[in-house]
Amino acid sequence: MPKLTIDGREIEVDPGLTILQACEQIGIEIPRFCYHERLSIAGNCRMCLVALERSPKPVASCAMPVADGMVVHTNTPAVHKMRKGVMEFLLINHPLDCPICDQGGECDLQDQAMGYGLDHSRYKENKRAVEDKRMGPLIKTIMTRCIHCTRCVRFTTEVAGITDMGMLGRGEHAEITSYLEKAVDSELSGNVIDLCPVGALTSKPYAFVARSWELKKTESIDVMDAVGSNIRVDTRGAEVLRVLPRLNDEINEEWISDKTRFACDGLKRQRLDMPYVRKDGKLQPATWPQAFAAIRERIGGLAGAKIAAIAGDQADCEAMVALKALMTGLGSTNIDCRQDGAKLGRGFRAGYIFNSGIAGIENADALLIVGSNPRWEAAVLNARILKRSLMGPFPIGLIGEVKDLSYSYQHLGTDPAALKKLLSGRSDFAKVLKAAQRPMLIIGQGALTRPDGAAVLSLAREVAEKFGIHVPAKSWNGFNVLHTAAARVGGLDLGFLPGDGGRDVAGILEGAGNGEIEAVYLLGADEIDISRLGKAFVIYQGHHGDKGAHRADVILPGAAYTEKNATYVNTEGRVQQTRLAAFPPGDAREDWTIIRALSDVLGKSIACHDLGSVRGMLVEANANFMRPEETMQATWGAFGTEGELSDVPFHSPIDNFYMTDPISRNSETMAECTQAFVAPKQGKTGTHG
Amino acid sequence: MSATPKTFLFTAESEALAKAAIAKYPEGRQRSAVMPLLDIAQRQSGGWLPMPAIEYVALYLDMPAIRVLEVASFYTMYNLKPVGRHHVQVCTNLPCWLRGSDNIAHACKHELGVDFGETTADGQFTLSEVECLGACVNAPMMQIGDDYYEDLDKESTVNILKELRAGGQPMTGSHGGRYTCEPMGGLTSLNHQDDLRAEKVAARAGAKTTGGDDWC
Repeated sequence: MPKLTIDGREIEVDPGLTILQACEQIGIEIPRFCYHERLSIAGNCRMCLVALERSPKPVASCAMPVADGMVVHTNTPAVHKMRKGVMEFLLINHPLDCPICDQGGECDLQDQAMGYGLDHSRYKENKRAVEDKRMGPLIKTIMTRCIHCTRCVRFTTEVAGITDMGMLGRGEHAEITSYLEKAVDSELSGNVIDLCPVGALTSKPYAFVARSWELKKTESIDVMDAVGSNIRVDTRGAEVLRVLPRLNDEINEEWISDKTRFACDGLKRQRLDMPYVRKDGKLQPATWPQAFAAIRERIGGLAGAKIAAIAGDQADCEAMVALKALMTGLGSTNIDCRQDGAKLGRGFRAGYIFNSGIAGIENADALLIVGSNPRWEAAVLNARILKRSLMGPFPIGLIGEVKDLSYSYQHLGTDPAALKKLLSGRSDFAKVLKAAQRPMLIIGQGALTRPDGAAVLSLAREVAEKFGIHVPAKSWNGFNVLHTAAARVGGLDLGFLPGDGGRDVAGILEGAGNGEIEAVYLLGADEIDISRLGKAFVIYQGHHGDKGAHRADVILPGAAYTEKNATYVNTEGRVQQTRLAAFPPGDAREDWTIIRALSDVLGKSIACHDLGSVRGMLVEANANFMRPEETMQATWGAFGTEGELSDVPFHSPIDNFYMTDPISRNSETMAECTQAFVAPKQGKTGTHG
Repeated sequence: MSATPKTFLFTAESEALAKAAIAKYPEGRQRSAVMPLLDIAQRQSGGWLPMPAIEYVALYLDMPAIRVLEVASFYTMYNLKPVGRHHVQVCTNLPCWLRGSDNIAHACKHELGVDFGETTADGQFTLSEVECLGACVNAPMMQIGDDYYEDLDKESTVNILKELRAGGQPMTGSHGGRYTCEPMGGLTSLNHQDDLRAEKVAARAGAKTTGGDDWC
């Protein structure tokens, strides 16, 4: 290991590190613009200059590998002067428009100019002006501010997997642009806003909205997909103004998808802020006691078998465990958290979670994707697959729809027959899997929500067992179920599933249609076929006036994920908690408290009185809830049931990445994205439907 | 001057040249040949690179079009706008300027009736101001097409342009009466090569077209 001296301190670091990384290890901060630890090294901003003894010229520390015996100085007057010189160059053409720049207050250039900038400019020449580029509905560009660090170019190429952006021209005439000024068509495009060290690329929906220092920052969890990206929610008063990523190497590194970042304007529209009760066929505003009374009147005397509950895709675990307790109290076993009818749950946990973990993708050396479009189902996870495939040979096979996943793969077929063929070992890809040390299988909801889902799951398990995807001896489990709903794994962990003789979602809908089910409790469930609820009495608890609320007889206004302290379990089986960033609007309440209050009215009180005791109920239901932020080895067993396989091709449940839940469906920004990115691909025009 | 074509395809000769350029690099590293291929495409399309040509090269080398455009826009030798039949590139960097490149530039502008960056109405000449072309020892100089014209003065510049306009091929290389870039006052060393040199000088006097390329 090379030994070097930095500012008089001798350290030993791993070979292959750069001087800048070595400096960071001992807590010396080197200013930089172009260097980013998750992107390739460009070395073009020159801000990270340090003095190296026996080197006639200063070196760019971000690009210089450490060597034995180096003597580095980072804090001498000479180094300071070099950096001042670089800063002066950067500022030659940078406009002095900080007061009207959205980056102001969180701008790398502004911050570092405090340390290395001159108090005045020595240049009298006109600054150059660059025409702004069109980059779609999410990214606002003011290209005159660009300092050509090329972080955005490297990000889109290396992480997002699209090659649309580049730097044209040279020197004075260099300009960052997207090819032919096309909108940047990536589900991760918003991250270039965070990466841009200046105000050249800023958030279009957030333009001129607020200053960073006015915002209250709350660390939370995203629920737009099942990845559970770590986020920071920035609020001013009761309004969520923006969502930013938070570092978590295990899950999202420091990226989030555009839906996570930009759907927050949906939190302001179509909100349910007071209870409603349907009178004479019309929903009328009501008070909480009135709403509860209406429910008691209707379901007070009903037999348990005539009542049912469905939990939606964003329901939190606290609400689900409370609702399960209430339904048990009412004598009903008709509960289900699988709106889409996925044939998962019951029994072995390894059969419904992403066992290897998201970071585990980097350890895999072959991948089989079954019935999933990870680019749309879990955009951040898809970036991890791309990262792995850029690291070295990584054969990927896909059984399902042919989609642009941003990396190349071998298409093995579209239906279960292809999986069957693979199991027989006759295909080439079977040999690839056989030869791999740590092969991985990702099975999506597109394969599991079908009528033959259980059989496909069983088949996938056999593939996993045959090809060493699950090897207990090596403690390698590459069998991964990719969920699309943030609530799903939590619901399955809690057993929010039909009990003895209970009905699942299909059964509930059928029962509601033919009158066998007389009351249905929808906990944020909007993605079921509402029209099949027949004459049933529908209680809708949720935060948006979406499909479920329109059909409801009583509406109980709940809280969105930014408005409650709630527990979610991501697709890896990792327990995480959101934190209250803003209070729910009007009379809306945290979801478990609503169910707790209703249970009193119905005379079936749930034994919990505060958040701590609800979480106690979670732990009682499943010990996994005791250890938040962790993933645990799940038990393997014979999950899935053998059965007839149909020859219908797999189809991903997500047809439009930008609109999958009540929040994103009510977001104007997401509507614009749909118009810009999804509609053209589906051959629809602006006037379509 | 060619109008922007809608499509671009290598001719058989270009294709052969492209294959030869790609063959210089290891298997799978064909992208390294992007610069020669752009040059081949530029020659084929009359001295400039229309977008279809850039996209064709990208497809040919299996690389994103933006990466090819980055290269094409970085180097001034690739023309992204149409140029005349003769692309006159006058160096105005310091050594040439000290030796009177202002006069050369003025002579060109006057003779052609266009400014830098413009093309004559008949599409014969495009005049450009360029950075150092590496022939400072024979300053001032200009490049027309692939040929260097060196040790220029106002008169020789005008003559060169006139001859080109008439369809002729002016003498390339030095117009200051010396052979290649040897000292103005005659050789002071390496005299043993005199025989060889005499041969070359004689050949130059006869053929009128030889630069310094074959010497050394």
